Order: sequence, then structure tokens, then C-alpha cells
Amino acid sequence: MEIKVVVDPVTRIEGHLRMEAVVRDGVITEAYSTGTMVRGIEIIVKDRDPRDVWAFVMRVCGVCTSMHGLASVRSIENALGIEIPYNAEMVRNIMLATLQSRDHLVHFYQLDALDWVDIVAALKADPAEASRIAQSLSPLNSSYSPWGENSPGYFSDVQRRVKKFVEANPKNNLFSTNRWCWGSKLYKLPPEVSLIGLAHYLQALEFQKEICKIQTIFGGKSPHPNYLVGGMACAINMQDPNAINMARLAFVKEIAEQVSRFANEVFLPDCLAIMAFYPEWAHIGGGLHNYLSYGDYPMNHYGDFGNCLQKQGIVMNRDLSHVEPFDAKRLDGLQEFVNNAWYKYSVGKDKGLHPSIGETVFDYTGPTSQFDWLPGDQPYSWIKTPRYMGHPMEVGPLARLAVNYASGNDMTIDITDRAVKQWSALTDKFNSRACGIDRNSLFSTAGRIIARAVDAVEAAEYMSICYNKLIDNIKAGDETMFNGSKWQPSTWPSDCMGFSLNEAPRGALAHYSHITHGKIANYQMVVPTTWNASPRDPANLRSAFEESIIGTPVAGFAPDSPEMALSIIRTLHSFDPCMACAVHLYDENGTVVHKIDINAQ
Amino acid sequence: MKEKDNTVYGHLRDKGYTRRDFMKFCGIMAAMMGLQKSGIAQIAEALETKPRVHVIWEHFQECTCCSESFVRASHPLVGKILLDLISLDYDDLLMAASGHPAEETKEGSMQENYGKYILCVEGTVPTGSYGYCTLGGKSALEEFNHAVEGAAAIIAWGNCASSGCVQAAYPNPTGAKPVHKLVHGKPVVNVQGCPPIADVMAGVIVYYITFGRLPELDNMGRPKMFYRDRIHDTCYRRAFYDAGLFVQSFDDENAKKGYCLYYMGCKGPNTFNSCGVMRWNDCISYPIQSGHPCIGCAEPGYFDQEPFYQHLPSVNGIGIEATADKIGAAATVATLAGVAIHAVVTNVQKRKLIKNEDEPVKNNEVDGN
Repeated sequence: MEIKVVVDPVTRIEGHLRMEAVVRDGVITEAYSTGTMVRGIEIIVKDRDPRDVWAFVMRVCGVCTSMHGLASVRSIENALGIEIPYNAEMVRNIMLATLQSRDHLVHFYQLDALDWVDIVAALKADPAEASRIAQSLSPLNSSYSPWGENSPGYFSDVQRRVKKFVEANPKNNLFSTNRWCWGSKLYKLPPEVSLIGLAHYLQALEFQKEICKIQTIFGGKSPHPNYLVGGMACAINMQDPNAINMARLAFVKEIAEQVSRFANEVFLPDCLAIMAFYPEWAHIGGGLHNYLSYGDYPMNHYGDFGNCLQKQGIVMNRDLSHVEPFDAKRLDGLQEFVNNAWYKYSVGKDKGLHPSIGETVFDYTGPTSQFDWLPGDQPYSWIKTPRYMGHPMEVGPLARLAVNYASGNDMTIDITDRAVKQWSALTDKFNSRACGIDRNSLFSTAGRIIARAVDAVEAAEYMSICYNKLIDNIKAGDETMFNGSKWQPSTWPSDCMGFSLNEAPRGALAHYSHITHGKIANYQMVVPTTWNASPRDPANLRSAFEESIIGTPVAGFAPDSPEMALSIIRTLHSFDPCMACAVHLYDENGTVVHKIDINAQ
Repeated sequence: MKEKDNTVYGHLRDKGYTRRDFMKFCGIMAAMMGLQKSGIAQIAEALETKPRVHVIWEHFQECTCCSESFVRASHPLVGKILLDLISLDYDDLLMAASGHPAEETKEGSMQENYGKYILCVEGTVPTGSYGYCTLGGKSALEEFNHAVEGAAAIIAWGNCASSGCVQAAYPNPTGAKPVHKLVHGKPVVNVQGCPPIADVMAGVIVYYITFGRLPELDNMGRPKMFYRDRIHDTCYRRAFYDAGLFVQSFDDENAKKGYCLYYMGCKGPNTFNSCGVMRWNDCISYPIQSGHPCIGCAEPGYFDQEPFYQHLPSVNGIGIEATADKIGAAATVATLAGVAIHAVVTNVQKRKLIKNEDEPVKNNEVDGN
């Protein structure tokens, strides 16, 4: 029997995502991922001052706020040949690590956790037992939990407060207590572990706003802090209260230490324990076998990828013994296809184009009134389909983990190995049998969630490294924050091109810029969720979302049931979709033809 | 007692807050809204006796920065309370349910609270084509009109919903429109900024709960209590401006002393917002304090007023009129003409003190054109 399933809106994500699936014999056999919102920001930045573009493109996304701003100033600096001061590089790295840490935390607790944590069951848990379990959930380097708020009284308090919340508001509330499948067999956590998850949901909600204060110190506000082409605007002056001084830097250090504690003592142990109760999800949702990461945290200057703390490359066929190089300039390398998106190309709808010679011509053939089902044999999304050498790639924390592991990044190998060991031990313990969790189990829905927590632990570490480098450099007498030698447009070439490769929280992010006569002639972004959420390519190869959904067991669930939606969104959430990012680029008239010849540089 | 459970105070008490916490919160809110001391009692009374307001929070063409700002509310008490102060019945960013059950929740609350709920809107609504933004197979416009129908009032979060923000900047490819252009006969509050400051968002909601009506608005639909003053008028660097002490280039000696950023393109002189007073993220900083000029993100059409790094009055000879035409906003002209004259006068008066002034100013004026 074949049934059609639609999940729209997919909630607890950024933006608008629609998922259609076909179920045969209790298993998902087809999947179609659709980005359902466009704005046209690349068209809007045309003819603007290149120094301003960061502010426009930062508004692509307010969740991974700052990321597109960083990618943009790097791309413009690359085009104009500007090398920024070391201090500015470190400050940008610290801000990037801040974003990664906060974004991952909010994603897991506020957006993802309710897929696994049963709120209603948590209200019936025994607080004393919850306390005992919480104290046993240790960070990787310890055998007990040093986290303070683990007492029976604490858990009982959380429980009492949430109970009252639900009782006061039983019909329609944020936790959907009467409309969601709480208590279903899909929720497998003991009530006590759900209570721990709920308590940390509330803790994380409070803590996340502390993390972003680092961006506020350097960038003036959060969301959407300020960046600057040529460096950063926050001048350093150890002798003045009106600049970045010791008090401000100490504040950063203080938060950085808290970030590290939360990631190590709460976030990663929680992920490992919760996923240990769902061993079947270590075999579901693996999807693609290829992983792409651009690398980030430059320690010398941006563009010198050999000096990045996080490594660049491609892992093919899940082979962690080997890394393929990525070439951003190769015209047959990075290509975007529009065969299943609402655009057309002058070279034919089935051809792919490198972003440097890409075209954007609008071709909306979708429904013009209310619809139930988008036919998969016609274009069905606002998202283009990126490929590298014809291969679909997964990007994001799991891809970063795979590429860095295979590249021999010691920190990644160390944390990953210990996390997998703990995950495996907890899974065997909680299920009272040998479940066979190993490194390959990471290539799954559960593994992707754990990879994000590992990434958060690493981000806290990178933040600390970059902070120390910044202090060392200031100590050595360098207080420079801005390189103004090419600030004036009169110093710019009349025609130049640049690009930047970055690691956003959700994965590989590229910005290509073309500047003529001091204005933006063309601007193009190839965004992480574009890689993951895109429709099929001309070879009918699926991208990561669609590929990962296939094979999900959904036997016995009605098409409109919460259980059906939950089974699908568990895997989607493991990617942390960001739809505003994925669909940012396209204009109504499609008159703009992109022509950036990177090889001409 | 049972009845009182529906009130904000009853609810907070159940959640473990003390009377003292509660009064402290009321005090913060009163201070933020510029109320007199008696206002604290008024807020407390309202929160103690009025049932919780139901809120439907819709996302259209947006980047979610408003929600992101909202969850960063500064004072811990405010941050804790906000998810509980109101009854947030539908918000596709945070709610547990997805797909069909999510839509049922929204529909259920809208029917049950018809005519009473607050509709919060994040983002613009595209009018160019049906397919530019769809939710659950329906266009954003259909969803929007449906939600507006039963709303008591609409809060337009941020620059998108208030005035269009980046997607409505030239050439506005999707025909993106802000709330006030699509709604007739319903009260709309424009809570400006990209995003608005978290405490401002909280303040608007608490005001509504307290007084049972929307706050007093200015001629652009913004709550006067937060948008009455220009950033320039409340900026802690104003003293440097008055003394004629300006940053001439990023990271120069004057930047390291925190002088005025006017010549770096600061839009503080014609931006109405409370950044200078409330500051961001627990009063940590605001853009100017961190050395970057204000880009005017709380003003309509700010993305079409770039370049950001050029100070607005391009005073080339008698160019004020020409510039004014280009900007097309009378208020801006008056402000900027004032600033320009003030700067010239100050420069003459304090020439000795600021002898590094003249040349860089010229630079700024020449290359921006």
C-alpha cells in the first residue's frame, strides 16, 4: 500500500520547509524537500558599495547571525586584496566560535530535544532518581558530573513549575501537550531522563543569552553584530574605558570558560545519554556517503587554509582514512543545477554552472493557489542543487567531524573517540545488551546530533585558543584592529573578484563577489542548507535531506498523525535546517546573469 | 484561588517566583516604560488580576532575528517570564508540534480566542507571486489575512514587519510588504529595529497587559516610550560630538579614545531608538560603544540610505538641497543640516583642539560620491 505524507510547516527550524514523502509497506521510499520562501537578497546587493554588503547579507539569517557578515567581509577583502590585522582575525575567530557554541546549544535544547524528550512523562518522573542519573552523566574526562544543579530538590522544582504551566494552559500551549504524541512508543526515555532534558531545556534557554554577550562586546549587538571590511571597528586601548580594554577582555574570558563548562559538562553528556536510549536511530537517517568541509579559524591570515585550526577537504564513501582536496576555482568542480528548481539556464535546464559563471533566471511553474501535493516530476523548490564534481555532499557538524578526523586533527580524533566510547558504553548499559555502537554509527540521525555536541566542545576549545593568541599579541605590543590602506574606493582595481570559504554552524558556506568600478556587479552565496535541502539533480541523485529520510520506518502511523511527523522531523532536525539561508538568492525577473571568472584572478 | 491561577501573578507564583521577584519585575518594567512610581502598582495590579493574553506568532519573509533577540531578554526575570507571561499558543520556531498537529493548534487557539488574541508578525508578506512564501500549502498572504481576522491587535516585530527591511530594499524583487500596508481597521504597533532590543519587545507586551491598550504611538506607529529620542540625543559619545572630537578613520587615535563616529557615517542623528539608553544584551554595549557607526536599522528604508560609511550630508558647496532630494525625507534634512552647521561651527571654535580635523573630513566628502 502506498500513502502520501506531507509535513508543512516543519517547526523548530529557521524558516519555511515542506517535506513530502511516499510510504510503501511501512517504510519511506520517496522524499521531496521544498524551500517555500524567497526574498532575493543577492539581487538587492547589486550596485551597492562592497563595504556595505555584509550588513545586507547578514540579514539572510538571524539564527546564524554574524556568519554571512563574516563570510562577506572575507570575500570582499579577498577581492580587494586586503589583509586584516592579526587582532581582528582573532576577534573574528572568537566571534565565530561564539556563534558555533550558542547555535549548537540552542539547536539541541530548544529546537531538537522535544523530538526525544517526553515533556508529559517528565512531569511524572521521580526527582530523586533523576538526580541520581544526572550525577552519573559525566563529561568525557571524568567519572562523575561536576555540574552544580543536580539535586533532587532542583528537579522537583522544575517539575512543579512546568506542571503548573501545562495545567494552567491545557488546550493550546507551546509544548503542544494535548496535540502531540507524548507518551507514544516513539518516546523511549525513562521519565527521569526526560526530566533531566526538560531541566536543561530551561537552563540552556537562560544560558544561551550569556554566550552572545561576546559578540555584543566586539560587535555592539546581538543578533546582527557589526563587521568591517579591513578588520574590526572595536579599537583596542588598554588605557581607556571607551575601547576594548582589560575589563572587556576579562568579560570575554569569563563567558568563554562558562561556554566550555556547559558544553563539556551538560551538552555532550546529555546528547550521549539521550541517544543511548535510541539505538535504532544509530542505523536510521545516514543518507549520503560524501562529506564536505571548507575549514575555518585561520591562524595566520584568511585564505591560508593550511593554517586553519579546522581542516578543509572531502571525505568520500565514509572512508575516514583519506581526504580529497576541494578546489573552489575549478569550473567543473562546484556547480549548481536548477533542473528541479524554479529557475532556468541559457545553456539548458539540465546543465550545471559554476557559481562564477552561474545564471539566475526565474521560472516559477509551481502552484498559484492552495495545494496539497507538489508533483515530484516537476520543479518543486526555490533551492538550487549544488554538486561537487557531480557528487551530492552532506555539510555540517558531521561533515566537519569526518573531514577533520580523516585529516588527522588531533583534537577532533581525541574527542570523537572518547565520545563514541561513552556513547557505546551507555547504549549497552541502558539497553542491557551489546548494541554495537562504534565510529561508523556516527553516520546516522543520532550520530549527527552527537557530532554537533562534539563540534560545540571543539568550538569552546577554539575560542579559548584564539583568546589566548589575541592576548599574547596585545601583550607583544600590537593593538591594531583595522587595515585602512584600501578603504578608499580610489585604491581599488576597476574590476576584481573574490570568494570566501567558511564553516557556518550548519556547514560549508561560500560567498563569491565581483566588484566593478567600486560597486557590486555580482554576488553569489552557496549556503549549507542549500547543499542539504536541495531537490534532485539531473542524474536523479538526491541531496542529504531526501536521501536521509528514505528508509525511515513508519509502519502503522496515519499520514496526518503526530507520530508520522515526528519520525520525519527527527532526521530533518538532526541537520538543523536553516531555510532562510538556503533560499536567499533569487529574483522575480531573473534578469541578472552571474559571470565571475575565478580563473582570471 | 482557582481563578487567580489564570493571571500572570498567579502563574508566576506557581512557577516559584516570590512576591519580591514579581515586584522587582514590575519595577523594571515601569522604569523601562518611563512610568512614575505609581505605575509600578498599576503594573502589579494588572498582572495580578488580568488573565493571560493569547499570542499567535507568525513568521513570513524573515531571518528570525526578532525571535532570536526576544529570547535574549536581558534581566533574568524578564527572560524567564516571557515564555510564561503570555500564552504563546503558536510559534513555529519554538512549538513542539510539527506539520498537521501544529496547524491544528494554531487554528484551535484562533477560534477559541477570536477577537482577543495578539498577532505577532515577524517578516514581510510577499505580494509578487503566490509561490514566494507558502505555509502548509497556502500563501503567506492568505495565512496572514486569516490570522489578522480574529486578532485584537497586531504587533509588527522588527524592521521587516514594520517597514520592509532588506527584502523590500530596491528593487524589492518579491513585492515584500510590511504589515501596516496590508491591514486596515486594526491597531498595528511597529516595534522597529533589526532586530528590536529584547527589553523593548518585552516592554511593549507588558504595557499591553498592564493597561489593556496599546502604548502611545508616534506618527510612524512606533511606541513613543522607546522611540521618542534619536540615538544621537542619548548617546554617551554625544559629549565628544559637542566638543567637536571626531573619529577620522577606523582604529585611529580618536577611535581608541572613543570619540564621536559622526564622520564614519553614524546614522545616530536621524535614528529613533533606545540603544543609547537600554543598550544590548544585558546593557553590555551598543554598536557605537563597540566602535561601529549606527547604520540606522530602526528606520524605514535604511538599506536604501547606504553607503553606510559616508556621513549623510554631502556638503559639496550648496549640495544640501540635492542630497535632500535623494534622501527624500524632510526630517532627515532638517536633522542633517543641523548637524552639518553644528560641526562647522564647532570646528571653527575648537580648531586648535582638533587640528587633525580638516583633511580627513574632506576625504570623506569627496570619495563617497
